[in-house]
Amino acid sequence: MSRIRDDYEKSLWNRLVRWVNGETDPLEGKMEMKPLRETEVVGESKYNPDSLDKEKIRQYLEDTKKNKGMQVFQMFYSLMSVALCLLLIAALLLAVSWLPVIGNPDGPNNNEVSARYIEKGMEESGAVNMVTNMILSYRGFDTFGETCVLFIAATCVIVLLQKKEETIEKESETDWKYEPRPDAILQKMTKVLVPVIFLYGFYIILNGHLSPGGGFSGGAVIGAGLILYVTTFGFHKTQRFFNEKTYEVVKVGALSLYSVTMIYYFYTGANMIKNVIPLGTPGDILSSGMILPINIFVGLEVACTMYAFFALFRRGGM
Amino acid sequence: MNFVQNFPCFSIVLCMVAGILSTPMKGKAAKRMTLTVVTLVTLMSLATLLYVLSTGESFIYTMGKYPAPWGNEIRAGALEALLATMFALVMLCSLLGGMDHIFRTVDEEKINLYFILTDLLLSSLLAIIYTNDLFTGYVFVEINTIAACGMIMIRRSGRSLIAATRYMVMSLIGSGLFLIGLAMLYDITGHLLMESAHDAMVRLVEAGEYQIPLLVVISVITVGLAIKSGLYPFHSWMPDAYGYSTISSSSILSGLVSKSYIILLIKIFYRVIGFDIIIRSKIVNVLFVFGLIGMVMGSVSAIMAKDVYRMIAYSSIAQIGYVYMGIGLATEAGMVAAVFHILTHAITKPLLFLAAKGLSDASGHKKNFSALQGSAFRNPLAGTAFLVGSLSMVGIPMLAGFISKLLFATAALGASSSKVLVTLVVLAVSTILNALYFLHTVVRIYTPTGAPEEFQNVHVRMSTGAAAAVSCLILLNFVMGLMSQPLTDLILSGIGMFS
Repeated sequence: MSRIRDDYEKSLWNRLVRWVNGETDPLEGKMEMKPLRETEVVGESKYNPDSLDKEKIRQYLEDTKKNKGMQVFQMFYSLMSVALCLLLIAALLLAVSWLPVIGNPDGPNNNEVSARYIEKGMEESGAVNMVTNMILSYRGFDTFGETCVLFIAATCVIVLLQKKEETIEKESETDWKYEPRPDAILQKMTKVLVPVIFLYGFYIILNGHLSPGGGFSGGAVIGAGLILYVTTFGFHKTQRFFNEKTYEVVKVGALSLYSVTMIYYFYTGANMIKNVIPLGTPGDILSSGMILPINIFVGLEVACTMYAFFALFRRGGM
Repeated sequence: MNFVQNFPCFSIVLCMVAGILSTPMKGKAAKRMTLTVVTLVTLMSLATLLYVLSTGESFIYTMGKYPAPWGNEIRAGALEALLATMFALVMLCSLLGGMDHIFRTVDEEKINLYFILTDLLLSSLLAIIYTNDLFTGYVFVEINTIAACGMIMIRRSGRSLIAATRYMVMSLIGSGLFLIGLAMLYDITGHLLMESAHDAMVRLVEAGEYQIPLLVVISVITVGLAIKSGLYPFHSWMPDAYGYSTISSSSILSGLVSKSYIILLIKIFYRVIGFDIIIRSKIVNVLFVFGLIGMVMGSVSAIMAKDVYRMIAYSSIAQIGYVYMGIGLATEAGMVAAVFHILTHAITKPLLFLAAKGLSDASGHKKNFSALQGSAFRNPLAGTAFLVGSLSMVGIPMLAGFISKLLFATAALGASSSKVLVTLVVLAVSTILNALYFLHTVVRIYTPTGAPEEFQNVHVRMSTGAAAAVSCLILLNFVMGLMSQPLTDLILSGIGMFS
């Protein structure tokens, strides 16, 4: 059986343990230690910061008339910033004048990359709209990233502006509570216009692979329709069909289906596995493989984000 | 195709999916998912690294069925895999170490949003590291910027909102310049894929065409990314952003986010424009001068800082200066030193932030120096961590910081003769200044007498997660300090795989 050594108190190990635990200080008695200077001691300060008139202090500090040096500095600062901007603009304009001429068939950017998009795009990706082919199929990863930019921008606005539902209802000094305005002309026109706007938005999304348009533009149109509806009829009426729950379900649903599609596309593409999504006949409404569903997902996400921006800035909640 | 080659793509998309799925979750569930995902990403990046080392060459992964230059692709070499592994590991440590601070400082119903931001931030970091396409790089720089901004302002105190606004203004100027540069680069080369753009660039230089736009492209891209990473004259957002956000955000921002832009810049230098063209354009000399000024000015500001977080933040400015100085030496050894210092700083700065948070927890959440007196005895592990981090930053042998300073000094000897003396002198001055403010703080936290009375008998222990994170970072510091040769060889071979 082991027992504690007689001289354990003095052993090196015990001293180390006691030092690590902060019980002793090896330098105590060996080094001269002065108490801290008076000013550095934390404690009751001589003045109470709450009693100061902060507004007055701020005005005094911002009043540059008393301070000649500050005035000169601010003058210098504004002049320099203007000069810097002009310099940057001049440099960039100069550089642009040296760039290749736009529309020159021999220019550097008329090369094999755009040639394949134009010549083989329809046959390879199945959409008549070349731009859609390029952004959703050839460069699908970039567009997935862009959709995530929208998603994270909306998340940041929520971080900054969203309030709890109860606090919003309790607030008295807000102007959104005076909505909807009792304006017969506005309400009648909105009733006529909003269905047409929605329909047009869906048309742009669903025909994204056939004609100019697609998820981003169609989603923006639907979002604008929602914003028109909410400004006319108010938040309470809109909440009956579009509240935070709907927003989350639509957004998470669209984005997760989008990511599943993209994972499948990346995995099959890189590993040379046959992609089972049929391309169909170019020109048909049900064609172009994964482009049509992706357009729908992107459209839903964009519409939700547009409306969320408006609602969060206007009311602090959906 | 080997299954491991899918891992870079999987880790990027997995982070995005985790971010998307966190939207409807509660804070605790989102936390669990994020930690799982970051661990998985670390393991997958490690597997990629081992795979690349076993084959000895980089590989290209087409994102979709179209080969480049028509489709998107990512590329994994030794350096990319190493950086991804380290970044994911540091991310995990920063999250674990600051977890209680997140739950304390962020509104309860917004905690899941914090994890959305970290997930997407990690995905963008990985994509910036792995990208082989300029525009993909730009898209993920955008995600990186917005996510970082959200991570600063989620604390919602007045100071952090101001800090986020400043950060956003500076960062968007940087993004704008970078985008202008990319647009012009595309205009004169006709390619966004790095290899094809490089080929076109070589042809342009041989034919002597478009030299003025090329110079503007190089300067605009370099300045844009330098603003975003906080090189000296553009550093004003850093102290506030690092000093007032929640501690995980500070660690991640200082350790990883500002580094990712430097890595993108190095990739553009090597893989798009070509390092000899960069050297001829003299832009490296600009980086060199501002790096040197930053090394001194950052340390001077750190000496004058009033609280420990701001001191560590100002020290970051000096460290970013070191990295740019290494790039500015315009030699391969200088680049290796810069990349090594990126890794050193990425593991040491989070360690210092987490340690400072532990010390301030033991001092009633105060962060001014007089309250921290003797705090290392009240929270021994945090004290040890701060000691190790400080010694590493100062450059004491056996720690990672020593190796990077040694590499910088060795690289300086091989640089052009006008740069040798000034580099060595500034390196020495900066080291002394580093020692001044770091050791001053170390002595203060290890002074047993004179602690404020209300904390005399306080004893704080770090939570298990935080203790594990801090120990892991301390260990990494020793590993990098004692076994640096394999790592420098790895970085050298990674840079070799760039061309």
